[in-house]
Amino acid sequence: MVDLNVKIGELELKNPVMTASGTFGYGSEFADFIDLNRLGGFVVKGTTLHHREGNDYPRMAETPMGMLNAVGLQNKGVDYFINHIYPEIKDIDSQIIVNVSGASVADYVAVAEKIATLDKINAIEVNISCPNVKQGGMAFGTTTSGASEVTKAIRQVYPKTLIVKLSPNVTDITEIARAVESEGADSVSLINTLLGMAVDVERQRPILSTVTGGLSGPAVKPVAVRMVWQVSHAVKIPVIGLGGISCGADAMEFILAGASAIQVGTANFFNPRVTMEIIDYLADYCKRHGVCSINELIGALKV
Amino acid sequence: MKKQLIDFIITSTVMQTPSCGLIALKPINDTLPEIVPGQFVELSIDAVMLRRPISVCDVDYENNILFLLVRNAGKGTSRLLHLPVGSKVNIMLPLGNGFSTNGISFKPGVRTLLVGGGVGTAPMLYLGKKLKENGATVTFLTGAKSSAELLLVDAMKKVAPVAITTDDGSEGDKGFVVNSGIWNQPWDHVYCCGPSPMMKAVAALCKEKQVPCEVSLENMMACGLGACLCCVEKTVRGNVCVCSEGPVFDIKDLTW
Repeated sequence: MVDLNVKIGELELKNPVMTASGTFGYGSEFADFIDLNRLGGFVVKGTTLHHREGNDYPRMAETPMGMLNAVGLQNKGVDYFINHIYPEIKDIDSQIIVNVSGASVADYVAVAEKIATLDKINAIEVNISCPNVKQGGMAFGTTTSGASEVTKAIRQVYPKTLIVKLSPNVTDITEIARAVESEGADSVSLINTLLGMAVDVERQRPILSTVTGGLSGPAVKPVAVRMVWQVSHAVKIPVIGLGGISCGADAMEFILAGASAIQVGTANFFNPRVTMEIIDYLADYCKRHGVCSINELIGALKV
Repeated sequence: MKKQLIDFIITSTVMQTPSCGLIALKPINDTLPEIVPGQFVELSIDAVMLRRPISVCDVDYENNILFLLVRNAGKGTSRLLHLPVGSKVNIMLPLGNGFSTNGISFKPGVRTLLVGGGVGTAPMLYLGKKLKENGATVTFLTGAKSSAELLLVDAMKKVAPVAITTDDGSEGDKGFVVNSGIWNQPWDHVYCCGPSPMMKAVAALCKEKQVPCEVSLENMMACGLGACLCCVEKTVRGNVCVCSEGPVFDIKDLTW
């Protein structure tokens, strides 16, 4: 029997496979296709202090092996999550992680404090990297001072596992990773989407209502693997890798490059069973390579 | 209704016009799940990353065949229309809510008008059959640019009378569907699917005549499951996903 358990800070995952925020709703959307209890964890949709309607349609453009989105953190706010969604999902036998977003440090802190009261939620993922909101979001994630400020403030009110989700839209992602590590983050997840743009040439207009949006999908995978490799060498805390993972071998690339766990995002849209396939692949991979625990393979890349 | 992922085989593709084809598909191992008119499916096509949402045109439960009317609108649908007979296609279904076909307002003889524009005529065929089964009086109204681009007219005629409009007047009344003489008759319920300006015109006409109207939207989608929040439409209750809370909306719920 292969051991797929991994630890992210104090958070124990039964396997390294999680779903990425904003691509998996609140889990129930996929319940017809997969057993949610088999997931290592799932990160629920970005949650803000107040209800947000998000950006105008169109919010999506398909690109070669990828897609741009500009959803803009549409969600019903943290109180709605606590009162209406949490009771429905809390008994799923998997780690539920809430992705937290805000327009100000005070917003992030207020959401984190409220989520901290929920028994079955043992971690938050702080989104300092959303490219689709005018205030906050990526603004905090593109400078070491902004990233430090948010992390420090949340660390003071949130005692459980604190993951910070990093933006790839920076010159040196390792600087940001080190900054949040030194302010007490337990883990970093990367990468959020790459800022991109697509044009409708006949109409001579941008496809997205917001002009620019976040690129995800297989197209971004090589960039993500590179950044995971760099960050895992720059920090001591565990790294969660994501960006274009669409099959088991993709997940293994991130793990070998230094990721202790991985998240699957866009691939859920075209293959709703992909997470189960990846879990099976990882167990089989360990067997084929004669390792007892997936932990032996984290960062095992031979350079 | 449980959503499923089923492998189908294409049993035929018959081009109806130069850009639209009727594709017949059979599940390889399974039987077709129950599908409500107005629901859609998402097909995995090797040429593109995201699945392509296509409205269900007809269902033949006796022979276990799903019919999809597909317009060549880009790389994905072009590839789909050119797949040879016998090709395997993975389909996620059934998706979305579908049209209302019974309930309190559906007394026998209820007068329904089913309005389709271009490839938007697709869901009207199966809807017409179901409504007729439920005891409604069915009339189709379909519009196209010209006579050569009309879709499904013969198939619909086997179910109920068909009124036609063409932009150039080459068949039926000249003009758009809202210019058809059929609107002079009284209607109890209108269903509509087609290009956005056409549906907005039909919705405006129905509001004026105070006839209940349901429209089927086709906003660009990614997941088809209500998870990605890409295909939203503004409604009286805020932005909602067309894929999971639609694609069919009562026009009273829209901000048109």
